[in-house]
Amino acid sequence: MSAADTTTTQVPPPRRHSSPPGRRPGRARATRRRRYLLGRAATPWLLLAPCILVLVLVLGYPLIKLGTLSFQDYKKPQLWGFKPATWVGFDNYQAILTDHEFWSVVIRTVVFAGSAVILTMVIGMLVALLLQRVSGWVRTLVNIALVASWAMPVVVAVTVFKWMFDSDYGVVNWTLSRLPGVDYTGHNWFASGPEGLSVIMLQVVWGAIPFVVITLSAGLTQVPKELEEAARLDGAAAFGVFRYVTFPIIKPLVVMMTTLSVIWDMGVFAQVWLMRGGHPEPEFQLLTTYSYEKAFGVNDYATGSAIALLTVLLLLGVVAVYMRQMLKIGEVE
Amino acid sequence: MSALTSRPTAANAGRLAAVSRRRRNAKLGWNILGLLVFVLAAFPVYWMINTAFKPAKDAIDPKPHFFPWPVSLENFHRALNISDFWGPVERSLIVSASTVVIGSVIGLLAALAISRFAFRGRKVVIVGILTVQMVPLVAMIIPVFLLLNQIHQIDKLSGLVLTYLTFVLPFTVWTLRGFIVNIPKELEEAAMVDGCSRTGAFIRVVFPLLAPGLVATSIYGFIQAWNEFLYALLVMSQDHQTATVWLGSFTTQHGTEYAPMMAGSTMMGIPVVILFLLVQRKMAAGLTAGAVKG
Repeated sequence: MSAADTTTTQVPPPRRHSSPPGRRPGRARATRRRRYLLGRAATPWLLLAPCILVLVLVLGYPLIKLGTLSFQDYKKPQLWGFKPATWVGFDNYQAILTDHEFWSVVIRTVVFAGSAVILTMVIGMLVALLLQRVSGWVRTLVNIALVASWAMPVVVAVTVFKWMFDSDYGVVNWTLSRLPGVDYTGHNWFASGPEGLSVIMLQVVWGAIPFVVITLSAGLTQVPKELEEAARLDGAAAFGVFRYVTFPIIKPLVVMMTTLSVIWDMGVFAQVWLMRGGHPEPEFQLLTTYSYEKAFGVNDYATGSAIALLTVLLLLGVVAVYMRQMLKIGEVE
Repeated sequence: MSALTSRPTAANAGRLAAVSRRRRNAKLGWNILGLLVFVLAAFPVYWMINTAFKPAKDAIDPKPHFFPWPVSLENFHRALNISDFWGPVERSLIVSASTVVIGSVIGLLAALAISRFAFRGRKVVIVGILTVQMVPLVAMIIPVFLLLNQIHQIDKLSGLVLTYLTFVLPFTVWTLRGFIVNIPKELEEAAMVDGCSRTGAFIRVVFPLLAPGLVATSIYGFIQAWNEFLYALLVMSQDHQTATVWLGSFTTQHGTEYAPMMAGSTMMGIPVVILFLLVQRKMAAGLTAGAVKG
């Protein structure tokens, strides 16, 4: 009933290998088997070799390079090999950390990602709970819509949202103007940063909810009905049942989804980039676009790397929680 | 509840009717809410298709047309002719297919290693593969760009394939592992007792059982590679852009022509949605394989 249970793969029940520890023959066979497997210790590593090789080349090496870059002076001449990269110590970091613009980008990113994650998780949870109460045909309809919106490529979804929120012909402005006393005709959603980022957030949340709902729905079906019923008989209100019975059971799933959402929402790039036509204004910059702009806009790869690394550090706190979960999986395996 | 309904005595029949009426009303309320969720979730997809199929002048009518009537394919013609469409699509297909083929082969080998062998360091490898999935790719873009520059892979499809492997591989390994774990080891052992080699047992017994999972994983990986935007934007030049970047630049260069853009979006999005619908169930099964306690 712990975190690991819902996330790990366990051996399906009818298996003779996992015979209870007390039974002699089972253990003897296991020992023999282990010895046999140890004898062929090289085989698994041979099988793993290509995978590890690729990951080290395109992930491990760049990760180290990201670290070293951030302590160097690396601009266009270095990229083209005219000049060697020189070490500058903490100069890049000092320049970034004393820059007001950087800090406003950090705050913007944290607020953006934080709100997106909260919205995604809360709405996702509510929809998942709702799906348990509706009739079968409604559930099917909602599931189809969710899977369709889940599958939509991000670029396509962003294009559609841009169109829906168009100032002149957008369906959103038209719909809002139908409300009594509201006139949104010709309203430009991207005139101000906060409003534009809200639209972008809406798109991010819309795209993220299906995954959360579908996963949580699967988790909710595993909550024993008897437990909920018992709580209800004991006089718990609907919220109490959720708070004290349902939620604790699906909590590991919620923790996992939240972590993943944080990682994804901190990494939002294409949405901002595309909504602003490839040139996000200063008040639209998030850490990702900011780092990209520094590196590929003004060719200061070192500063860009330092910003990227700081972003990763910012994420690390959250990922640490997730890692603990993963380590538990490793133990059960 | 069941105890109540199983003894419908005359005394509480009336109360029961009231309860069931209340329950029916509640159900109606939930259903209405559910339909609202359906409308909100489906609206962008519906609006895209709706805009794509109506005449361009209807799309920019201040009063929105909620049905594409008369149906017109003019937007599709325009999207296909406005700039090269098939070139980017072809490049995207090549990149996605290569990524999936290479990823599946390498991934299958690795998945076999961690699911069918007990060896020292196995736990480290498993945790490593899970961790790698957590690395935000956006943060890696600068060093990856410099690496590709060093090995002369900028503006080359092979360079793009190499970067796509970073997110397709870990995922493939993890999912295939889930499928393999679900195939009882006894089947292989039986084949080996009957004289098969370990490899023979795998090819004759495990592989056929694994095939559907392998197909599903491949399709999912294909979708991910097909949808990728950031690396495609950075690695490929304007003349060799992929389909996502094509659609993205459609936004920037012809910003106001939304109707053809929706036609382009439909052409890019709908095949993906259909593929996804085909494999989604299977994938969910693979991802949570064995997670449910028996």
